[in-house]
Amino acid sequence: MAFFVSSILLILIGLYAVLVKRNIMKIVIGLSLMDTGVNLLIISLGFIRGRTAPIINTRDLLVNTSSKVVDPLPQALVLTAIVIGVAVTAVALSIVMLMYSKKKTLEIDEYKELKW
Amino acid sequence: MRKWFALALLIVLGFFLAEIASSFPFGQEKWGVSKHYVDRGIEENRGANLVTSIVVNYRGFDTLGEVTVLFLAATALAFLLSTCRCRRKYRRWDASLILKTASETLYPLLILFGAYIFIHGHLTPGGGFQGGTVIASAVMLMLLSYFSFHPNHRALSTTEGLAGLAFVLIGFAGLVWGGSFLANNILPLGQWNRLFSAGVIPLIYVAVGFKVGAELSGLITDMLKATKEEE
Amino acid sequence: MILEYFMLFLLFLMLALGIYAVETRDLLASVLAAGFISLVASIVYLYLQAPDVAMTEAAIGAGLTTLIFIIAVRKTERYEK
Repeated sequence: MAFFVSSILLILIGLYAVLVKRNIMKIVIGLSLMDTGVNLLIISLGFIRGRTAPIINTRDLLVNTSSKVVDPLPQALVLTAIVIGVAVTAVALSIVMLMYSKKKTLEIDEYKELKW
Repeated sequence: MRKWFALALLIVLGFFLAEIASSFPFGQEKWGVSKHYVDRGIEENRGANLVTSIVVNYRGFDTLGEVTVLFLAATALAFLLSTCRCRRKYRRWDASLILKTASETLYPLLILFGAYIFIHGHLTPGGGFQGGTVIASAVMLMLLSYFSFHPNHRALSTTEGLAGLAFVLIGFAGLVWGGSFLANNILPLGQWNRLFSAGVIPLIYVAVGFKVGAELSGLITDMLKATKEEE
Repeated sequence: MILEYFMLFLLFLMLALGIYAVETRDLLASVLAAGFISLVASIVYLYLQAPDVAMTEAAIGAGLTTLIFIIAVRKTERYEK
């Protein structure tokens, strides 16, 4: 249960940074924290107490496997999500670098061109 | 003002998230479709690592999509940074002798370790994504310790394209000879827990390893090169 | 039992580091705290019997993400106004 609570709190901390902070780097850091929180939530949904990892490398795991291992499906989903996360963060940071090279500031309030 | 509004919104959102999460019991069995994967995975795929079986075979089409997203992100990053006038002059620096010697020693070993991880992806924890990131961190170590270390960009993008092509071609081979895209019955499945087993799973994961390694190495090289210029 | 208390400590550490990463003015310290959160998360994944995910998170979260954040911080500015 503590895993659920703390991963939800981590998501909320990241969302707080996205909503409140005015510095663009802080917003990207908040997105990355939300990423970690979501991954932790999905992994802890698949955990089953007292089971081993889903790698069948001993002979006694071969029979009646589903009563001996944890759920492998959330792990497979999170595995690819982490790798996508780093690529998305890199694109976001390159956009930040591009914005900074135009106006020499990181404050989000200075970028008003799309407001009306 | 904005802060209190955001906090109120977060409390409401947190309440609903906690409501949803409390309907799932923590640490107890809640099998869905993965019961089939766990119970019949060895029989159908012979891969000892069930996570690898799911990533590459049962949900291989998803993985193809995710690898495409990675490729798109790297392309977008290269395009964005090519329009950015963010080069700054840096004095030519060199890292200390200890760091340079250590990273020169570790570089081939780390690449070998990455290759080990993705070749044994169907037997032990690890696979293409993990091995690729280990290779990318080897490149990162060299980039940090040598100012003039240039990975060959053309070779990286060629490797990446060929690895992606290999993934798609193995999928189409399954479509032609096996009956469905990425079908795992075109090669003999072999014995459980041996290196040469599990049909096409090791081949696809080796391709994914090459692709992810080349992709992430190119990505960090692009980001580092866009910001530094020799004086 | 001691392992579960250790996990509770790690989860608490993650939350504390998260608040520090959001609230500090020094962006470099914030980035390093975010990398440390990923490192702690990979230990938690190991407890949750997910060795594959733990390997990916340790290599990516603590290595590559921190590096690209540091490149961006060096390119822009270090202190938040």
